[in-house]
Amino acid sequence: MKKFITSMVLALAMAVPAVGFASEVIKVEKANIDLHNKQSLQRGAKYFVNYCMGCHSLSMSRYNRVATDLGLTPEQVQKNLIFTRTDGELAKVGELMKNGMTAKYGAEAFGNAPPDLSLEGRLRGADWIYTFLKSFYKDPTRPLGVNNTLFANVGMPHILWELQGMQELQHAEAPAEGAHAAANAHAEPKLVLSQPGKLSPTEYDRMVLDITNFLVYVSEPGKLHRQAVGIWVVLFLLIFIVVAYFLKKEYWKDVH
Amino acid sequence: MAERPAHEYTGFLGWVEDRFPLMETWNKHLAQYYAPKNFNFWYYFGSLAMLVLAIQIFSGLFLAFHYKPDADLAFASVEYIMRDVPGGWFIRYMHSTGASAFFIVVYLHMFRAMIYGSYKGKRELLWLIGMLIYVALMATAFMGYLLPWGQMSYWGAQVIVNLFNTVPYIGNDLSVWLRGDYVLGDAALNRFFALHFFVPVIVLPALVFVHIVALHAVGSNNPDGVEIKKGPKGNRWAPDAPTDGIPFHPYYTVKDILGVAVFLLIFFAILFFTPEMGGYFIEQPNFEPANPLKTPLHIAPVWYFTPFYTVLRAVPDPWWGTVAMFAAIIVLFLLPWLDKNPIKSWRYRNPAHKINLLLFAVVFLVLGWMGVEAVTTVYKELGTRMTQIYFLFFVVLWLHSYPAKVNYKKWFGILLGIVVVYDLVFRLNLGDGAATTQMLLQFIWPVIYLAATLLLPAFVPSFNQEKPVPERVTG
Repeated sequence: MKKFITSMVLALAMAVPAVGFASEVIKVEKANIDLHNKQSLQRGAKYFVNYCMGCHSLSMSRYNRVATDLGLTPEQVQKNLIFTRTDGELAKVGELMKNGMTAKYGAEAFGNAPPDLSLEGRLRGADWIYTFLKSFYKDPTRPLGVNNTLFANVGMPHILWELQGMQELQHAEAPAEGAHAAANAHAEPKLVLSQPGKLSPTEYDRMVLDITNFLVYVSEPGKLHRQAVGIWVVLFLLIFIVVAYFLKKEYWKDVH
Repeated sequence: MAERPAHEYTGFLGWVEDRFPLMETWNKHLAQYYAPKNFNFWYYFGSLAMLVLAIQIFSGLFLAFHYKPDADLAFASVEYIMRDVPGGWFIRYMHSTGASAFFIVVYLHMFRAMIYGSYKGKRELLWLIGMLIYVALMATAFMGYLLPWGQMSYWGAQVIVNLFNTVPYIGNDLSVWLRGDYVLGDAALNRFFALHFFVPVIVLPALVFVHIVALHAVGSNNPDGVEIKKGPKGNRWAPDAPTDGIPFHPYYTVKDILGVAVFLLIFFAILFFTPEMGGYFIEQPNFEPANPLKTPLHIAPVWYFTPFYTVLRAVPDPWWGTVAMFAAIIVLFLLPWLDKNPIKSWRYRNPAHKINLLLFAVVFLVLGWMGVEAVTTVYKELGTRMTQIYFLFFVVLWLHSYPAKVNYKKWFGILLGIVVVYDLVFRLNLGDGAATTQMLLQFIWPVIYLAATLLLPAFVPSFNQEKPVPERVTG
């Protein structure tokens, strides 16, 4: 009986971690974003409208909301961040951040229509976006010449390649004999920068972090205030609990 | 026509009272409703459930001002509420956090009834009405979850509506009738929105009203399970009121204010700091608009449905799985007739009964946990074993009704035999070695459960020992 229980506990103990790790083949890098860093958010917005917005809309966000939250004037936004057109005219600050790409055209060009990224920060999370933008590599077998380690066979081209340069996927060396063989077998393929771009790796990382920060912000603009409001609500309730406790105690004095 | 009772109210109040039983009702249900003086922690959740219902109705009303029940517009209209409607994010999070809070509060309220036997002593109808509230609540939550029209909304509803497909003969017609279309789409969204408004705003408050009328007719139970109405009469408020009762107002109103404050502290802490609650209150895949052509890899209902979802998945045949799932809910209706033990509170029942209730709570939690996990051989077997124990619980509960008479050893054999026969006839598949191994290994769970609830009281007399119920409430 004892043996039976032990073996069962062992079986469970071994089965559980196997389940946890099976789905995560690629390690996701941690993105240390700071939603209250307005300069980072402003840079992220600039990069986004310049590099991403041709294909990806932020159709649930408005330019003027971004302006307010990022500490920009509507004029600054109108002058620097608006490149999209509505009915042939440059979009106004009060409009939604849509773009000209139709889903049909996107699907024809890339296989899948480029998704709207309004909620990407909540759907995938900061770490995923950050890692994704750093995981493109050269793959001549793909239609656009690139692939991505985090998102296999992605339809998106490496739009930032001029800045990052081009990476190549280096597979681990053929397993050596002996004790190291097992360790090597588990070693992940590495991404190596084979052709440098206009930015150094550190500069590129910062740029990607800014884009990530902006996308996370835009996925829930209310988050900037909600925690600040929350502190006051919680403080009020803590004081109210004390009052309510003594009120109850006072009333219940005569219950025996 | 019966004479209205005389009153001493004067002025405007007197004028109203002559025409409408305002103070009469107030007195009957609050100021002169005598509740036992020994309510403990578990007795906060009834009033909290009413608070959450009010939160849901009012936040829902404001959401409905801005929401559009249209397959093309619904998703964006929710984001419009989150971004463009002033304070919209607050209202929306009130509603999404409130949904989960409702079930936490109601589950605790129901477990309270189970441990103190609050469905006994002419309270069967009270329990049945409560169960109807619970079912209406589940229906409401299910329909409301479709409204944001995200991926999980869509596919969660798809799974549940498709259950009706499995009904023999009429299944297809039934599910088409429910959806109003051959696929889940705009027609379903529109009617789900209408029903999500109708049920909680009309049906739920009506049921809550009847629940309270029934409660105040029979009187509240308490942690001792002693009927205070039967006990000595006379207290300092009225000579004919129960001695161990105190007026609900002001005593329990001030006490409930404290409970409300603590509840709101937790509620708002979640709302402001972690409204998604790690993906349990708002699931991440729901930030992607519904796409009928793209099935998510892993469909998990919201946490409050997952125990029943596990029961559904525990039976491989879709129709019998559906039957098992509904049976898991229906069997709860029967509690007052399964538990025939005259002692209400677990304080005075035998320890085996306490173990039974605690294990039931654990099993319910594990069932819930299994419902959010992807199916693996180990988890599938664990979910199946927990489902078996879930149903065994109700038999064991019935057996514990007669601790002096029941032949525990015989019933241990019978129940374990049923499990074995079920496994051999319906589940054993020698071709699948891993599943068979798990079936054998995890056979330990029903064995442990039945041993703890039936063999323990059979062999250790103290585990079968009931305590004398006091004449009056303690403490």
